[in-house]
Amino acid sequence: MKSIAIPLMALVVASSLVLGAVSCGAGGGDRLRVATTTSLYDTGIWDYLEPMFEEEYGIELDVLYAGTGIALEYGQRGDVDAITVHSRSRELRFIADGYGVERVPFAYNYFLIIGPQDDPAGIAGMTPEDAFGKLAESRLGSFVSRGDDSGTHSREKALWQAAGYEYQAVQQMGDWYIEAGRGMGPTLLMASEKQAYTLTDTGTFLSYKGQVDLVPVIDEGSALLNVYSVIACNPEANPNINYQMAKNLVDFLVSPEIQELIGEYGVSEYGMSLFNPWSDDIAES
Amino acid sequence: MEELWQGFVKALQLVVTLDPEVMEVSGRSLAIAAISCSITALLSLPLASLIHFSRFPGKRLLVNVIQTSYSFPTVAVGLFVLVLFSQAGPLGGLGLMFTPVVMVIGQVFLVMPIMLGLTISALSGIDKTIPETAVSLGASPFQTAVITLRHARFAVLTAVIMSFGRAVSEVGLALMVGGNIRGFTRTLTTAISLETSKGDIELSLALGMVLILIALVINITLNRLQQR
Repeated sequence: MKSIAIPLMALVVASSLVLGAVSCGAGGGDRLRVATTTSLYDTGIWDYLEPMFEEEYGIELDVLYAGTGIALEYGQRGDVDAITVHSRSRELRFIADGYGVERVPFAYNYFLIIGPQDDPAGIAGMTPEDAFGKLAESRLGSFVSRGDDSGTHSREKALWQAAGYEYQAVQQMGDWYIEAGRGMGPTLLMASEKQAYTLTDTGTFLSYKGQVDLVPVIDEGSALLNVYSVIACNPEANPNINYQMAKNLVDFLVSPEIQELIGEYGVSEYGMSLFNPWSDDIAES
Repeated sequence: MEELWQGFVKALQLVVTLDPEVMEVSGRSLAIAAISCSITALLSLPLASLIHFSRFPGKRLLVNVIQTSYSFPTVAVGLFVLVLFSQAGPLGGLGLMFTPVVMVIGQVFLVMPIMLGLTISALSGIDKTIPETAVSLGASPFQTAVITLRHARFAVLTAVIMSFGRAVSEVGLALMVGGNIRGFTRTLTTAISLETSKGDIELSLALGMVLILIALVINITLNRLQQR
């Protein structure tokens, strides 16, 4: 009998401890969770906006740092109430699949193709598509890819497609194509270390400028438009979603005051803004 | 080398000035690891005694399995806990994802094998005449276990120190199920990972040194206890 008493006692102690911990930690009602693409986090704009939202709505805002891929996955699983991402086709699919309510763009900037100062592959001045073609053909420089299924990675894949290459084929092309599998910031640091080309959003590039020894090589072309949008997750797919508060977050981000702050963000520090406020005149392809 | 030195200076600065953010993440790291190790100890000591003192087929295999699990990758444990506690998982209804509570639960899974395995080894190292004498003097199995554990206390404390070390230093699990939320689930290790990804090597090094400092203080304290 007594040999049973020991594990039994342990079980009781453990379960009461776990229960106690659960009851004090489960006050999830007062927290709103948003999973955000790494480029928005790395620029620091969420650190800047978070306290304002918390003050206005009296709620704790939890910002989860994730690539677009995992952010969408969190959204599907119902682990977050809203997502801020930048990959239009995947956002539309997310909504079509019933996981999101509405896609609301709130900021945009442009992707840049950056590389070493001396531009070894000689792609400066080309269209983004031609530049990718030349990189693959000439192999005169390395390219660091995010390789993490993020929004930036999706765009990179689309650019290879536009340049006439199957993405799987690019992955097999050899040592010059490096898949980092990390967020935008770490990828920039890696590309700088290897003196390689990479595709980056303007915001993250500017906020890392002091630490990255690479320059913009191509910064024009409609294929480089980068739109950030916020999606409230669908409470019909996951009843635990705090839809009302998620909707408040959407309204907060597109409110005139916050739009103005987004447009000004980074000007004093970097001499130019990292994001443009959203305008309905922007034509998304 | 210059960077290491700057990191060291910065670590000292952060500690001496009691930098609020550093104090906060350090406290959180410490609390989460301490709670998870206490729970693990409460569960493991009786369980290890039970395994050690009973005879059953497959006992050796069980001990082998426990020892193999010492090297469970933290991200694998993280993934397991994520699948369990995510809203889409069987325990999703508890709403624990991305909270410190789920980090504690994950760490319990992570360090349980170490605490169990090392406690079993500790008990095996004790002269068999001690439990035998206790039994012959009329001790119950529970009393026998307590007496033997008491004799093995140095080795058991080592098990606790090892477990704490693994819990406080792991990052994969904390990132995956905690989410590295500022002011809520950010610990020293996830902060180091974030600051490194931001390129702030100096701050990362400093935070790493703070972590080592905490480990040092804990070990000195436990060693003092051991010597009593």
